[in-house]
Amino acid sequence: MEYHLTIPLCKSDVTQLNAGDIIYLTGTVFTARDEAHARILEMEEKGEPLPFDFDGAVIYHCGPLMQQIDNKWRVVAAGPTTSGRMSKMTPSLLERFDVRALIGKGGMQNVSESLKDRCVYLAYTGGCAALAAESIKNVSNVHWLDLGMPEAVWELDVVEFGPLVVGIDSKGCDLLSDVRENAKHAFSRI
Amino acid sequence: MLSDYETSYPYISQPSILRRLFLTCKITKYSVVNATIDILKRAETQLPSDVINALEQAQMRETSQIAKAQLSAILQNIEIAKEHSIPMCQDTGILVFFVELGRNVHLDFNLEDAIIKGVRRATESIPLRPNAVDPLTRKNSGNNTGIGLPDIKYELVDGDKITITVAPKGAGSENMSAITMLNPTEVDSIRNFILTTVLNAGGMPCPPIVVGVGIGGSFDKAARLAKSALLSDLENDPENMTELERDILNDINSLGIGPMGLGGDTTALAVHIKTAHCHTASLPVAVNIQCWANRHASVTLGGDE
Repeated sequence: MEYHLTIPLCKSDVTQLNAGDIIYLTGTVFTARDEAHARILEMEEKGEPLPFDFDGAVIYHCGPLMQQIDNKWRVVAAGPTTSGRMSKMTPSLLERFDVRALIGKGGMQNVSESLKDRCVYLAYTGGCAALAAESIKNVSNVHWLDLGMPEAVWELDVVEFGPLVVGIDSKGCDLLSDVRENAKHAFSRI
Repeated sequence: MLSDYETSYPYISQPSILRRLFLTCKITKYSVVNATIDILKRAETQLPSDVINALEQAQMRETSQIAKAQLSAILQNIEIAKEHSIPMCQDTGILVFFVELGRNVHLDFNLEDAIIKGVRRATESIPLRPNAVDPLTRKNSGNNTGIGLPDIKYELVDGDKITITVAPKGAGSENMSAITMLNPTEVDSIRNFILTTVLNAGGMPCPPIVVGVGIGGSFDKAARLAKSALLSDLENDPENMTELERDILNDINSLGIGPMGLGGDTTALAVHIKTAHCHTASLPVAVNIQCWANRHASVTLGGDE
């Protein structure tokens, strides 16, 4: 199935999706990778308020290449980064915020339980940074530039962002992990 | 702003012998800086035709619809990057240079400085993502240079030319690479090590991948062989590959990991193995994984023009 969805996403938007479905998203996504995840969890632990609201949000595992012209940021290239690096920090993040979708590449480990009935993992074609940049129409905000350009949290306004493949759905089906398991079986037969 | 040394040498109008003497060795710092920027721009925005052909063939061969869609997105992305002259991937990599230095070349400037300067300027002008950080403090230098970066490998060759090749290397695939020191009696385990490395990498290194393998040499030499194997031409593959390389490629593709780890027939486009003699008591094996964006570009300077 193919879906064209608008952010903010509600619960039923994501619970209807099945692993393998193709999605196109329109609305604002937040980039966050290793350092941003670490800082969010650290601030939460200390009880400090975050400069953005992740409830209902879509998080994009991406360290974009940006350019500032006349004080205005523009996206040069913004493909997905390896989501696996965020696997350990993601369950704690989802405990605190009602995030609806995670976008990245390569799949995630041990997050299916945390996604159940509320969130999906969407796989975007790795390396397709020029294609992604075409559907990012505006950079509406940036937080934590002190972490460096790739690690900062960027708010990106996207239109028909995709194709995104539902990698892990809200029912616990994990397409990438199934492919991995099958690969292990194939390997044992070689 | 051009600084002093960036002014090109004036054209030398001399009788042929003198002209030869000067012009055959007229490589200037200015020309190296500019050549570095040029090849960086080319490598980051355009894939070599052999890589594009291999991806197109894979797209036609794929039977899974999800895999076909991934490869179509990749091919579309390559076209957009070329058309708009923007990097095809936001991970513009760390910059690995291979310099073939002709023995008869005379340089009156520091070659490394020129390449570093080219990298800094290209970082701003293309632009490239600043990826270079201190390994411990993780502080970003902001210009893709730092201690030991860019990584420049030199090789002395015959002649009076310099060939500079740049291969930007993204972290997604580099992080999935591996090295092992096998026992000398374990030649039969090499294949298993390569397959295990690819299996563990799964969808993370952005397949379809190219697999560079270095066998023999030493701990570091094996890794260097593996990296340079990634520069091998993919044209006419699998004909270009040896029987061993072809067999390993078939094994890898039978795993079904597919483009982006979403399943499919194309996990790897090619396997390239390089070997070197090693100590009788050791058997180093290095596997360097390269994502589909097998970026590299070269330029040759000097010679009898």
